Amino acid sequence: MLPKIFFGYFAIAMVVLSLLIITRRNPVHSVLWMLVLFFHIAGLYLLLNAEFLAAVQVILYAGAILVLFLFVIMMLNLKEEISGERFEGAWPLGVSVSAIIFVLMLLTTGDFVHGPVGKYTIEVIKSETHAKALGKLLYTEYLFPFEIASLILLIAIVGAIVLAKRRS
Amino acid sequence: MNIPFPNLMPVAPEIIITVAASILLIFDLALRNKGPLAFLSLLAAGVTVYAIIQPASLGETFGGMFISDSYSVYFKLIFMVNLILTVLISLKYLQRQKAEYGEYYSLLLFATAGMMLMASAKDLIVLYLGLELMALSTYILAGIKRHDIKSNEAAMKYFLLGSFSSALLLYGISLLYGLTTTTDLYQIAAYLKQTGSSMPLLMSMTLIAVAFSFKIAAAPFHMWAPDVYEGAPTSVTAFMSVGPKAAGFAVIGRVFLMSAFQGMQADWTPILIGIAILTMAVGNIVALSQTNIKRMLAYSSIAHAGYALLGIIAGTEEGLHAMMTYLLIYAFMNIGAFAIVILLDKGDEIKDYEGLSKSRPLVAALMLVFMFSLTGIPPTAGFIGKFNIFMAAIKAGYTWLVVIAVIFSAISAYYYLRVVMNMYMKEMKQEAAIAPSPSLGLAILITVLMVFIIGIMPSVVIG
Repeated sequence: MLPKIFFGYFAIAMVVLSLLIITRRNPVHSVLWMLVLFFHIAGLYLLLNAEFLAAVQVILYAGAILVLFLFVIMMLNLKEEISGERFEGAWPLGVSVSAIIFVLMLLTTGDFVHGPVGKYTIEVIKSETHAKALGKLLYTEYLFPFEIASLILLIAIVGAIVLAKRRS
Repeated sequence: MNIPFPNLMPVAPEIIITVAASILLIFDLALRNKGPLAFLSLLAAGVTVYAIIQPASLGETFGGMFISDSYSVYFKLIFMVNLILTVLISLKYLQRQKAEYGEYYSLLLFATAGMMLMASAKDLIVLYLGLELMALSTYILAGIKRHDIKSNEAAMKYFLLGSFSSALLLYGISLLYGLTTTTDLYQIAAYLKQTGSSMPLLMSMTLIAVAFSFKIAAAPFHMWAPDVYEGAPTSVTAFMSVGPKAAGFAVIGRVFLMSAFQGMQADWTPILIGIAILTMAVGNIVALSQTNIKRMLAYSSIAHAGYALLGIIAGTEEGLHAMMTYLLIYAFMNIGAFAIVILLDKGDEIKDYEGLSKSRPLVAALMLVFMFSLTGIPPTAGFIGKFNIFMAAIKAGYTWLVVIAVIFSAISAYYYLRVVMNMYMKEMKQEAAIAPSPSLGLAILITVLMVFIIGIMPSVVIG
């Protein structure tokens, strides 16, 4: 029962926080709500016995990435942002599409049957510790996707430099 | 714990192209003139082609996450054709556009590596990461003319809608993972064979279908394509209209026909039929009213995605082959058409082509060939592509669908031949300026030859 209450709280809070993020006029407020959201995501990871992911979520997202967001926002002209409308044009379409997807999800997930349980059960994770299990998997079974992910990060750096470099 | 070192032979083409892309990034620092980078990318592409066609490169590796089979080899060759032709048409064009950045070529290589990973993915994680590698590189390429507001807009739109489709794909994948607790495509197929269909599975399949439809620019998920194709540099548009589309088809074929959703053919066929009809309708009908040639080719590329979907819908081995052949032929004729757009150093309006046959008869004749091929008129390759795919669909029992496709194909003749009419039957307003270069000439020569060779001797690509 208790895990269900926890999950319910985190899930509902995350939806509410996401709505707050996209509806605030002041981007700084949005980013601060995002900070709260990141902590809730970390909470969900904890609930799943993924303490390493929870810690990384807090350190990397709530710590590093959010600061970068704030830096970028500081460079924007905030007065102009605040005076404008947050949503324009096609938002009714967006809302209706989301509503349709939401209803479909509600209708379908009721029949959800969980697949067979894998070999990393909570007991295994507890005895092996989460960071160790994750590290082992990442560098053995999932080595290939891990390497592709590193390429994606390289592209992101190259892209940022290409698109933001000064005109020479 | 003893981990065997993975067999690297099957991934050799990907490794070569990734290493080459990284080396290009380093060379870019030292070179002031970026021309040699283009030749290095061509060299890299050549070596990669050699690695792809090695029989020793077939097989699975990395614990069954990556598979190299005849299916993926064929698609990788399409990506190589796309890469080589794009590099050839880019060389002088970028200088003219003052967007000659060395990163351009390595981004082309990285995007191609992403497509190759998609074609070879046997695991949903590899599939998703390959898709992101390809997508991120093409977002940047679309915006590489960074002082051009239209190019910025193209990159922004592509990025936003691309991330949106990635989110849908991840949603679908997570549902599928929850239902089967595996990400291996063939294990998913085996497991679903035991359990059968369920509502959440249908939801997951629909989400994945929608996400892939974004990538191949099929209606109603095509809205990004015209703006992005128009705003991006023309060479990048040529690259994007062939590569990511072919990669999207590669994963649709793999996921829907060969593995995960293989057993659900009765469920996904109606969805894909709906998407295909809508795609052909939107692509061909909206193209009629376009005045900008890049926008027109964007809608034409949407329409062609609709025809190629027929191969998947047919659901047979033959349909799959027809779809693959179609995409190869499309690569030649579409990049050929874009090469002519690049060759004409003036506006991108269709009325700029008025009277071209009088001032530049050869250019007009070449454009005529590509327009005929895109319409599907014999003896060009476009006819062979369409003929094959329609035959496969008829044999699978979708005669009514082929009738619809032929009607739309007839409509498409109007806007392709309008370009021809402008060139041959209108009065010349001004002398057309052209910007020829050896590499562009070579690209046009290759494409026009292939259009005729495949058109006259289809056996070179079929079988």
